[in-house]
Amino acid sequence: MNPFAKLTDTLIVRAEGAGYVVNLLLRTFVVVPHLPRRWRFLLDNAFNAGVRALPVTMIVAAFAGAILAMQTGIELRRFGNSNVLGTITALSMCREMGPFITAVILAATVGSAIAAELGTMKVSDEIDALEVMSIDPVDYLVLPRVVAMAMMCPTLTVLSNLIGIYGGSVIAEQNLGVSPDLYWSSAIESLTSSGTLLPKEAYVGLFKALLFGVAIATVSCAAGLRARGGALGVGLAVQVAVRNSVILIIVLGFIVTWFFYFLD
Amino acid sequence: MIELHDVHKRLGTREILRGLTLKVPKGMNFVLMGPSGTGKSVTLKHVIGIFKPDRGTVHVDGQDVPSMDNQQLMALRKRMGYLFQNGALINWLTVAENVALPLKEHSRLPRSEVDDRVHQVLGMVGMDHAAQQFPPSISGGMKLRAGLARALVTNPEYVLYDEPNAGLDPIISHQIHELIAEVRDRLSVTGLIVTHSRACAVQCGDRIGILEAGKLAVEGSVDEMVRSEHPLAKAFLGGGAD
Repeated sequence: MNPFAKLTDTLIVRAEGAGYVVNLLLRTFVVVPHLPRRWRFLLDNAFNAGVRALPVTMIVAAFAGAILAMQTGIELRRFGNSNVLGTITALSMCREMGPFITAVILAATVGSAIAAELGTMKVSDEIDALEVMSIDPVDYLVLPRVVAMAMMCPTLTVLSNLIGIYGGSVIAEQNLGVSPDLYWSSAIESLTSSGTLLPKEAYVGLFKALLFGVAIATVSCAAGLRARGGALGVGLAVQVAVRNSVILIIVLGFIVTWFFYFLD
Repeated sequence: MIELHDVHKRLGTREILRGLTLKVPKGMNFVLMGPSGTGKSVTLKHVIGIFKPDRGTVHVDGQDVPSMDNQQLMALRKRMGYLFQNGALINWLTVAENVALPLKEHSRLPRSEVDDRVHQVLGMVGMDHAAQQFPPSISGGMKLRAGLARALVTNPEYVLYDEPNAGLDPIISHQIHELIAEVRDRLSVTGLIVTHSRACAVQCGDRIGILEAGKLAVEGSVDEMVRSEHPLAKAFLGGGAD
């Protein structure tokens, strides 16, 4: 096949996929008023998302905070500035690391499960069955998952931030000789000195987490709903869901940071 | 009445339907047979508006299905039931919840009335003992019967059956066929049945059509088709079939 034609085909398929995701997100927003009818599925999905991802998220967040403190602390110690280690770890966790780690783990655990679940439903005619019963799959299946992820991603991010900062404190004390009092006082001061309830970093981080949650759920639902061809198609849907979610997390993270810190 | 006229449909690179024309009169079971890949299930999906034809018309009671907007399509689908090959039950809902789903979504009936109606149709298909079981824990035949109960719970005028006995043993198949015939006789429901099974066609059908290469090759009453000398009729309905 002509390489140019192949590239064009690939671009068309990618554009169709992106269009489907955007369309699905818009359709989800349209059916938001139906949410009270879906509270049972919403709670089930929120519980699943939280429980499934919680242990892994906490372990990874603790080590991420520890690594962050270690890498930064080595350099800070050279310049005699170890007293700001708590500040840097706390703000980095809240602004970037916490939301990013949480979202990647949610994409790998919950996003993949969503794609597999909806993909299996698709290839076994369950989605068609909903349609022939005049039940909108977006209303019935996608809406509770998107809202559940929009709730759980920021919630888990808050826990990730706290565990990550704690992980940093262990390294600060054990390996870098920074006293717990100094570490925690600088961390707490950085998170409370802005005059508002929380610093801008925390709000930006939570906003990112909200976007990441919506993006992961929408991309994963789209991958599941577009699955075809039996077990192989379901496997492919899971792969597409995780890959596209991670790409979106990175791109959205960049855009949000740029918007809040560089767009003056 | 269901009417398809000169329907053409291409899926990917394959032209599945190539000028299909058929009529399903009210109150009858029309059986659609034919080799795999000739467009039988695709035909059902045109009738219920999941697929739109590339060319040709699809009418149900004189209404043009492909040109319907979402509201009209919803109204049409509320008058139709659809039995999928494997029942297509939602796995995380119990059998009773699956059957109640269309009522809960579309009617404002009190819960007690919904429960009564669900109990009634589950009783009709012999599944009331399994009402609280989940689909993964029941057999293929039970899934089909539960699927049929779900298709019937809204009192549809039409039921579309997509291979209602695929993968079932002869005894369970026979029970399903009896149910389909009973649905027509007791509830005056019009049926369009896709099957490969001679037993299903003879036991449930009033008329039989056989598809070949995307259009009807031969059609007639059950008696006419059983006696037909057409090679496809002999292949599907002759003594050696099934």
